Amino acid sequence: MGITTIILIIVVLVALMVAGFYNKFVKLSTRAKEAWSDIDVQLKRRYDLIPNLIETVKGYAAHESATFQKVTEARTAAMGAQSVEEQADAENMLSGALKSLFAVSESYPDLKANENFLELQRELTDTENKIQASRRFYNTNVRDLNIAVESFPSNIIANIFKFTKKDFFEFEEAAAREPVKVKF
Amino acid sequence: MSSNLYKVGESNVSKTWLLMSGFALIIVLIGWFFSLYYDSLTIIYVFFLFALLMNVFSFWFSDKIVLKLTGAKKVDKEEYYGLYTLVENLCITAGLPMPKIYVIDESAPNAFATGRDPRHAIVAATTGLIDIMSDSELEAVMAHEMGHVQNYDIRISMITFGLVSAIGFLTDIVLRMMFYGGDRDKDNNSPWMMFIGLIVLILAPIIAVIVQMAVSRQREYLADATSAMTTRNPEAMVSALQKLKTSGRPMKRQNGATAHLYISNPLKAGFLGKMFSTHPPIEDRIARLRDNANKF
Repeated sequence: MGITTIILIIVVLVALMVAGFYNKFVKLSTRAKEAWSDIDVQLKRRYDLIPNLIETVKGYAAHESATFQKVTEARTAAMGAQSVEEQADAENMLSGALKSLFAVSESYPDLKANENFLELQRELTDTENKIQASRRFYNTNVRDLNIAVESFPSNIIANIFKFTKKDFFEFEEAAAREPVKVKF
Repeated sequence: MSSNLYKVGESNVSKTWLLMSGFALIIVLIGWFFSLYYDSLTIIYVFFLFALLMNVFSFWFSDKIVLKLTGAKKVDKEEYYGLYTLVENLCITAGLPMPKIYVIDESAPNAFATGRDPRHAIVAATTGLIDIMSDSELEAVMAHEMGHVQNYDIRISMITFGLVSAIGFLTDIVLRMMFYGGDRDKDNNSPWMMFIGLIVLILAPIIAVIVQMAVSRQREYLADATSAMTTRNPEAMVSALQKLKTSGRPMKRQNGATAHLYISNPLKAGFLGKMFSTHPPIEDRIARLRDNANKF
């Protein structure tokens, strides 16, 4: 076997390896992007539910305007967030504001019996669970991408083709923040 | 690790092909023996065709047969809001499409998953399961079932189900024909050939069942691990398994062919039942979960 053949084989092998890693990065970053859009869907659903919720609560507790104000502001901030980190902070604020809204509504028995209110509360809880679920999926994908970007030898290919690490979506789980009353 | 679970899914897809060709081979072997015995090549072609059809049939229709056999009914979000949203969330966490949800009216707690791929998956739970499990335990059990979906176990177990029944059926026919068949010219068959053929006929169904059991047991451990991984809560799976152990009892509609699908063994346990079980003992499953708990 001549030296040219050996060199040719090596070149082909390296080219195949580069292509393989490149495709892996395309797959991983596409998965991460898809996962982020899943989170986005759930976040939007939550933004859409909030005005309805405020309207319903207003009907029974009109003078709690400070709380409404806080929720509306937090919602606007969350909708305008740019980076992953900003988004996480804004969503935490919004969750906190919503929690105080529900705490306020505890003192209005008529409101608590309102079908519409109960339905909205159920929808919101469901949406929050789904945000957590899609956040986990996103973080799993980001972790896989980040591991590949950092480990050798795939990091070389990542550098050449500018595949970079993505931020985790760190969103405090409701349970971890403070004890929550569990209702069944 | 999820990256490993992606790989499990991929390797299971290739295993499916291995399994399907393995079973096809057994069927063709039976046909080959049959054609030697009757000295006609047509029979082997018929068997080959049968093997092919059986594979295609079990790929497309086994899930429907399973649903019929178990008496499961499809439910929607309104009827079983808790169960439905819980599975929805698990699907989002694992990045899977939403399966169809079925409920079996049965007081024995149990659950299973079936379907040929994640896009055509079905998960079923008994009403008994929904009643006795807490929210996090029910989540763990459903995550175990979604683990079967994610790892393509459902396809493997579904195809095994179809093919094991087919092999049993075929060998039965051949053996009957041998014993009760009319007289024919046997001079051109060597006794060795006959002997080997007979052994193939007897062993084929046994091998098929052993393969089914071995495949099933491994998959259970893996699905437990997947459940702990998706819910980040191995303890919920452990306590669900303990509940299944204490309040688990045989189901009303027992059927050996669908046993391997369930999360806990639906059959009455006898001595042979334990030896040829489709499920590892619950104690072992709990021990493995606890061993791996710090890895999640």
